[in-house]
Amino acid sequence: MKFFSLDPDVKVLLPDGSTRHLTDYLLPSALLMLAALMLMISMFLPYWSMTMHAPQYPKGLRVDVYLNHLEGDMFEIDELNHYLGMPTLDAGGQLERSISFFAVVALGLLLIAGVFVHNQWAGVLALPVLSFPLAFLADMYLILYRYGHSIDPTSALGGAVKPFTPPLLGEGTVGQFGTVAAFGIGFYLAVGAVAVVLAGLWFHRAAYKPIVDARKRIASSGKATRA
Amino acid sequence: MKRLISLLLALSTVLAACGGNSAATPAAGGLPADAAAVAADRGLTADDVYAALKTYTPSGQLDPYIMFASGGQGGQVLVIGVPSMRILKLIGVFTPEPWQGYGYGGSSDAVLEGGYMPNGDELTWGDTHHPNLSETNGDYDGQFLFINDKANARLAVIDLRDFETKQIIKNPNAINDHGGAFVTPNTEYVIEGPQYAAPIGWEYATQAEYKDKYRGLITFWKFDRAKGRVDESKSFQIELPPYWQDLCDAGKGPSDGWFFCNSFNTELATGGAEQGLPPFEAGTTKNDTDYLHIFDWKKAEQVFQAGKAEMINGIAVIGLQTAIDENILYFAPEPKSPHGSDVTPGGEFIVVGGKLDPHVTIYSFDKIQQAIAAGGLDKDAYGVPVIPLDKVMEAQVELGLGPLHTVFDDKGYAYTSLFLDSAVARWTLGGPYASKHPEEPWTLVQKLPVQYNIGHITAAEGDTASPDGQYVVALNKWSIDRFANVGPLLPQNFQLVDISKTGDQMKVLYDMPIGMAEPHYVQIIKADKLKPFEVYPEVGWNPETMSVDPNAITTAEEARVERNGKNVEVWSTVIRSHFTPEWVEVNAGDHVVWHLTNLERTRDATHGFTISGYNINLSLEPGETQTIEFDANKAGTFSFYCTEFCSALHLEMIGYFLVKP
Repeated sequence: MKFFSLDPDVKVLLPDGSTRHLTDYLLPSALLMLAALMLMISMFLPYWSMTMHAPQYPKGLRVDVYLNHLEGDMFEIDELNHYLGMPTLDAGGQLERSISFFAVVALGLLLIAGVFVHNQWAGVLALPVLSFPLAFLADMYLILYRYGHSIDPTSALGGAVKPFTPPLLGEGTVGQFGTVAAFGIGFYLAVGAVAVVLAGLWFHRAAYKPIVDARKRIASSGKATRA
Repeated sequence: MKRLISLLLALSTVLAACGGNSAATPAAGGLPADAAAVAADRGLTADDVYAALKTYTPSGQLDPYIMFASGGQGGQVLVIGVPSMRILKLIGVFTPEPWQGYGYGGSSDAVLEGGYMPNGDELTWGDTHHPNLSETNGDYDGQFLFINDKANARLAVIDLRDFETKQIIKNPNAINDHGGAFVTPNTEYVIEGPQYAAPIGWEYATQAEYKDKYRGLITFWKFDRAKGRVDESKSFQIELPPYWQDLCDAGKGPSDGWFFCNSFNTELATGGAEQGLPPFEAGTTKNDTDYLHIFDWKKAEQVFQAGKAEMINGIAVIGLQTAIDENILYFAPEPKSPHGSDVTPGGEFIVVGGKLDPHVTIYSFDKIQQAIAAGGLDKDAYGVPVIPLDKVMEAQVELGLGPLHTVFDDKGYAYTSLFLDSAVARWTLGGPYASKHPEEPWTLVQKLPVQYNIGHITAAEGDTASPDGQYVVALNKWSIDRFANVGPLLPQNFQLVDISKTGDQMKVLYDMPIGMAEPHYVQIIKADKLKPFEVYPEVGWNPETMSVDPNAITTAEEARVERNGKNVEVWSTVIRSHFTPEWVEVNAGDHVVWHLTNLERTRDATHGFTISGYNINLSLEPGETQTIEFDANKAGTFSFYCTEFCSALHLEMIGYFLVKP
């Protein structure tokens, strides 16, 4: 006895009497659920990081941005940035971090809902997930812009550093620090989830469009018969 | 010159072939032309280049060994990297040390006060002699360091988590010591031997009463490893004849549970040259032999625990007669006014340096046990059983003039300092060590001249159960012409010696001047055994209790000043580059208690704190909390500021302390 089987001997009977393999329907559901799982896992991984190098920090300073918290040398970076009168790193994106858990759960539920919606509306349900990585980047840019433009001109070194926006990706310079920004594995997982959702929607369409079309044909032929 | 260059070329080829993990291009195929030119220009021989390459440590590379040196009359401990011979740190022990904020207002004041005289008189220096690292199974474990103060008979405990002195104890019954500190193989006890005999508790007694009232006294301080402190209530002492017991070593392996000290005034000389008596230097050296003291310390511990000791000045003392009756103490003759008493790595033999006899004498622990078991021993004037030398001697090796201390390596060699010959003697051990070296057992292999007048000698982990070899350091008392003249008080000379090759190939590699202290003994530990804090584990760490201080605050918002009558209590935070609060005002005559917490979490972000005119200086290391307490007895305007250059705005890290008349 097999523990697991895709039941290749089972066929799905369409309204118009044609048949298709059960796996045609299992595949899109599996892909959408996989994407939801990838999003959940990405919660526990960093989305973005900045590493700062200066002569007196041989190991560098680093902050890893997760959807719901920050990790790394925030204490030391905040301590240095107080010379510029800047707010703490923790002050940026507080709203986003506080709702991130529920938001990602909601995104995942929308994908699961797509499993049960067997028409083109499944694509509409997936739209928030498809736009999620871009929305993250846009929000991150906004937070960085605000941060770099919060220098207090009356602070100790406020007059010496001009407002700046730390780069979202790649190298930059702030004071004696060279900075390197990079996307984290969590972000790549979210991008991967988008790809999996797109594939899922492709197979979703391949599986359910024939059903929708068959119903249409039956409906139209029924009308024709009554007429 | 051509020959020299070709030598250098050949040498560098060999060295380049042996190196190889460097990312930079090694000098493969020959010494680079500019390096050869430097060698030629400075007149460096091939040996010099070898020594330079053995010791040069490029920026950012760390030493594989760390050396702890006593600071002699400086009263501190020096921490030195080997083989670079760079001073890494000075640890204040018996002497206040402002760089560490040690003894200038913080909790370390209480540590120093712990070592004051029983009547409360201050002692603000010490004559540190013999550092001893804590051991587990006879090997350094890198946790604690102990050191004695010969001048005043005191013992200090240094915690190697933060390299700070945590405890000083004044011996309540001895006024000076020399043989200390020595640990037992699992640091059960830290042993402080005596030196110049005095009545117990240094009570008044005349020269004529020397034989009856003066005594030697050995102290077994019980070490509580969990607390990191000596527990005086579980410590005990043993009364000894007034023979000027000197250096000691604990047995290990088969001899674990035993302890061996030499002595050098069995003549009971009392000096008194002004009365026509032989001066001490002649009187104490008359006899051909003195007595090696052999203690069964595990037996002594049982006797102490059984209550067969008398409490004197708050500590248990096992009387001399009890020690004899309970078979705790034996003597064996040793030639002549000897110095070191050193146990071999496996614990089989005890090596005694003859000082005024050209030999080292090697005693067999097995033979000592057989002689004790056989019984029928003669007794000395105080009734202590004496084992004849021929019953316990394993070998004697003639090394030269003035043999003092002996250390060991991993190849079955022993190294003895020869004071008068000003040399390091390498000689071979026998017994289980005979197969480790190519030479005959118990023979002199090489005498390496050192500059000058070597006292102690040390080798990498060379007094443990598993010596490392590689390096010996000769601790020379005189440097004479080795360094530029800096006036009539000269530095000591630590000479690094290469012992990595067998036979007669020992070489001096490097001279290191010690210009702030006169070190006695030194120990070298493998650097990776030390696991000190990079920063204190949590913000608010109290280094005395090794836990978070109840008066620590973790944010500037909690900083405040509270007044209660004439008591003013201040809670301050310290972080680059400001104190909070920056103004503190009190009334003249107020009693001030001031808690300061360094909020920093970054390595090396240390701040200092001084109040001008009040003799206060703290070193607040990252995470540290300190409390100072003083009377605001001077009205006026005083600044307080950070005394450790901390940041670009270090000079701005200041506040005002106002004392209203």
